[in-house]
Amino acid sequence: MSEQNGQEQVLEKPESQLKEIWYSLCRNKGALIALGIIVFLIFVAIFRDFLMPYDPNYSDMGKAFQRPNSEHWFGTDQLGRDIFSRIIYGTRISLSVGLIAVTFALTVGTVLGSIAGYFGGKVDTVIMRCMDMMLAVPSILLAITFMAALGKGIDKAIIAIGLVSIPEYARIVRGSILSIKESDYVQAAKVIGNNDMTIIFKHILPNVLSSLIVRATLGISTAVLDTAALGFLGLGVQPPIAEWGDMLGRARGFIFSAPYTLIFPGMAISLTVLAFNMLGDGLRDALDPKSRNK
Amino acid sequence: MIQYIIKRLLQTIPVLIGVSIIVFAIMRVFSPDPAPIVLGQHATIEATEAWREAHGLNEPIIQQYFTYMGNALQGDLGTSYYTKQPVTQEIFSRFPATVELAIAAILFASFFGILIGTISAVKKNSIFDNLGMLLALIGVSLPIFWLGIMMIIFFSGTLGILPSGGRLNPLLQPDHVTGFYIIDALLSGDMAALKDAIHHLILPAVALGMYSMAIIARMTRSSMLETLEQDYIRTARAKGISEKSVIIKHGLRNALIPIVTVIGLQLGSLLGGAVLTETVFSWPGIGSYTVNCILKSDFPVVQGVVLLIATIFVFMNLIVDIIYAFLDPRIKYSKKGD
Repeated sequence: MSEQNGQEQVLEKPESQLKEIWYSLCRNKGALIALGIIVFLIFVAIFRDFLMPYDPNYSDMGKAFQRPNSEHWFGTDQLGRDIFSRIIYGTRISLSVGLIAVTFALTVGTVLGSIAGYFGGKVDTVIMRCMDMMLAVPSILLAITFMAALGKGIDKAIIAIGLVSIPEYARIVRGSILSIKESDYVQAAKVIGNNDMTIIFKHILPNVLSSLIVRATLGISTAVLDTAALGFLGLGVQPPIAEWGDMLGRARGFIFSAPYTLIFPGMAISLTVLAFNMLGDGLRDALDPKSRNK
Repeated sequence: MIQYIIKRLLQTIPVLIGVSIIVFAIMRVFSPDPAPIVLGQHATIEATEAWREAHGLNEPIIQQYFTYMGNALQGDLGTSYYTKQPVTQEIFSRFPATVELAIAAILFASFFGILIGTISAVKKNSIFDNLGMLLALIGVSLPIFWLGIMMIIFFSGTLGILPSGGRLNPLLQPDHVTGFYIIDALLSGDMAALKDAIHHLILPAVALGMYSMAIIARMTRSSMLETLEQDYIRTARAKGISEKSVIIKHGLRNALIPIVTVIGLQLGSLLGGAVLTETVFSWPGIGSYTVNCILKSDFPVVQGVVLLIATIFVFMNLIVDIIYAFLDPRIKYSKKGD
C-alpha cells in the first residue's frame, strides 16, 4: 500500500509541477505574448499554402526589386519573387528545423546523460569527455564544419544543428540524475526490484523534465538562429527553396539599393528567436522561485 | 594552486586530442572526395589519382591522422589546396585581424554589459531595469549577421558616418609591426591610420559583441542582486558610506567573480561568431577566410582553423577556471575536475 502511494506521489509530481508552471506563466505578460507569437507562427507554418499570396518560387524578372507596395507587401527580390510569400514559406522550414533538431538533440542527449549519470564510473567518464570535446568547439563553427562535410540540405542542417546541441542536454540530465539518484525514493524503487530502465524513465527523468523543457525552448531559438546562419553563409537549403537565412545571404549584394530585401527576412528570424527566448525565460522564472521573486 | 593548474592543464590534453579526432573524422571520413572539387569535374582519373597520392589521401585513414597530428605538433597544419601556401602561414597572417575584432567586441560587451546589468540591479523593477533587460533580451535574439547588415544600412548608408566594411583604407596602411592595426598605428604615430582603423572597427565590434553584452548584462544583474542583499552591504550602508561607493566598491567588486567567468567564456565563443561578422563586414580575418575555404572544400585550412579555435577555446576555459579558483577561495581545487 505504502509502495503504491509512494509511486503515485512520484508519478503525480511532474503533472502538478507542469500545472504550477502554467499558472506562473499565465502571470507573466511577456511570456504570454511570446506564446501567442509562437502559436501564430505555427499556424502560419501549417497553413502556409493558403496564406501565401504568390508562388514563393515564381520568378518574374520584370517585377524585380519592387519596393513594398499594396501588391507585394514586403516587395520583391532580385528575381522578382514575392518576399512576403517567401517569408511565409520559410516559416515552416525554420520552425521544423528548430523543432526536429532540438527533439533529436534532446532524445540523444537525455539517453547519453542518463546513462552517464546513472551508471557513473568509466561509462560516465567516456560519455562526458566526448561531450566536453564537442563543447570545446563553438557550436556554430562545429555546425558549419558538419555542413561542409555533409553538404547542403535541410536534412543535413537538422543533423548538424542537432548534433552540436546534444552535449547541453546530456550535461543537464547527467547533473540532475547525479543529484536525484541517491534520494530516498530512487533507493526505494531499487529496493523493490525495479530495473534500471524503469528507475531512469519512470522515477528520475520526470523530475528533470522541467529543466529540460526550459532548455529545449531556449534551444529552439538557438536552432532557428543557427539554421539562419548556415543559410546566410550559403550552407543551408538548396535554391530555390525559401529559407530566411538564405534569403538574407543572397540579398546581401543589394544592401543599399534594395534594403527591404534584407529587412523583412531578418525581422522574421528575430521575432521567432525573440518569442522562443521570452517563453524560455518565462518558463525558467516560473520554475525558479528565486527568480520569480526578483 | 600549482598542482591544480597542472591537473587542469593535463585534463586539456585528452580534450584536444578528442577534438582533433572529431575534426579529422568530419573532414576526412564524412566529407566528399576533395580531388574532383579542386581539380574540376573534367580532370582525368590519372590526374585525380596523382593529386590524391600527392596529398597523402590514399594512405589508411589512421596513418593520415598520425601524420597530420605529428606535423601539427611541429606547427605544420598542411598546405592549402588552392593557394598552395602553408595553412599555418595563411591562418596567422589573418589572425591579428580576428583577435583585434574579438578584443574590441569583448571590451564593448564587458563595459556596456556590466554598466547595464549594474544599473538594472541597483534600480530593480524600475523603467531602467525593464529597458536594460529588454535590450539584453533583444541582444540575445538578434542574429549577428542581420544586426550587422542593419547597422551598415543605417550608419553607412543613411547617415554615412562609418565605413560599411574592410579593416582599413588601403592608402593608410601603417608599418607592419604586430599586425594589429590600432597598435601598429599607435607605434608609428600615424593618427590618420589610427582614426580610420577605429572607424572600421566600431560596427563589426558592436555587431559581434551585442550577444555577449546581453549575456554579461544578465549575469551582472543577477550577481549584483544577490550581492546587494548580503549583510556586509547593509553594514556598509549603516556605516554611512556613500551609495556610489557601496555599489562599486562593496557590491560590484564582490559580484565580479561570475561576471569574469562569463566574460572569459564569451571571448572564446566570439571566435565562432567572428565567422559570421567577418563575412558581413568583409573583415579580412580567419572567420571570413574559413567560410570561403568551406565553400571551396579547402579542407586542410578548415581543419587547421577549427583546431586552432578549439585550442584557444579550451585554454580560455582553463584560464577562466584558474582565475575563478584564484579569486574564490571557497573553491576546493580537488573537486574542480569532477
